[in-house]
Amino acid sequence: MRTVSEQIITRSEVLPIRTQIDLVHVRQRVRTWLSEERFTLIDQTKIVTAASELARNALEHGGGGEMEMSLLAVGARKGIRLKFSDHGPGIADISKAMKDGYTTAGGMGLGLSGSRRLMSEFEIQSSPESGTVVTVTRWK
Amino acid sequence: MERIPILRIGTLLLVTIQVDLYDDLALRLQDDLSNRIAELEATGVLIDISGLEIVDSFIGRTLANIAAIARVLDAETVVVGMQPAVAITLVELGMSLPGIRTALNVDLGMEYLRQAATGENGVGTDHYAE
Repeated sequence: MRTVSEQIITRSEVLPIRTQIDLVHVRQRVRTWLSEERFTLIDQTKIVTAASELARNALEHGGGGEMEMSLLAVGARKGIRLKFSDHGPGIADISKAMKDGYTTAGGMGLGLSGSRRLMSEFEIQSSPESGTVVTVTRWK
Repeated sequence: MERIPILRIGTLLLVTIQVDLYDDLALRLQDDLSNRIAELEATGVLIDISGLEIVDSFIGRTLANIAAIARVLDAETVVVGMQPAVAITLVELGMSLPGIRTALNVDLGMEYLRQAATGENGVGTDHYAE
């Protein structure tokens, strides 16, 4: 008998982030999944909002990229993981970029810091060679 | 080109957002409202967002810009009908929408704008104090 449950990906999909309309598709698709998987309305709203912020970052700062969404199961527990990748110039100073109000694009500077608060887990990797990858997870 | 309709009721402008707001559409609404306020000498703008499933930082910023532009053009703005889940998310995101007047529904929002236009209860006059 296993004592530690393995993390299994039960569903996965990749969506492009190339235009503003793609941002709308990302929001709609994430919403559809969350509603099918019976996440609460508040969870749905938080996750879709985080997805919108991170997808816009990938579009505006990274020149576009993609989002991979995966449904996770650990034992009976379900979660959703969203991975945003772009091939932009990367983020020079991640700790600075994570601060509320830090912006290079004239926005509110809440994209990264705000979406970290809206999700359970947050991971960021960035380099000038490979661009930026932000992975966020929220457990049900 | 897709646009969000702006209705006029007396000196008030009424906007109901029922579509998924993409960035250009939100910016177009900002421009259209600014022009209509000046053109019609509107005293108030009511924006009903009960149909919006999310308000992210871009939409929040656009609403704040609309309110700021309207103020400069001598009109009050009230945003009504925000869903509770949207309010919770916005605050957690770090946006408390300072400078935006809100009301729970269209009726209360209209009442506020009418009072602001007539200067009742001191509403709308505090900006000119001193």
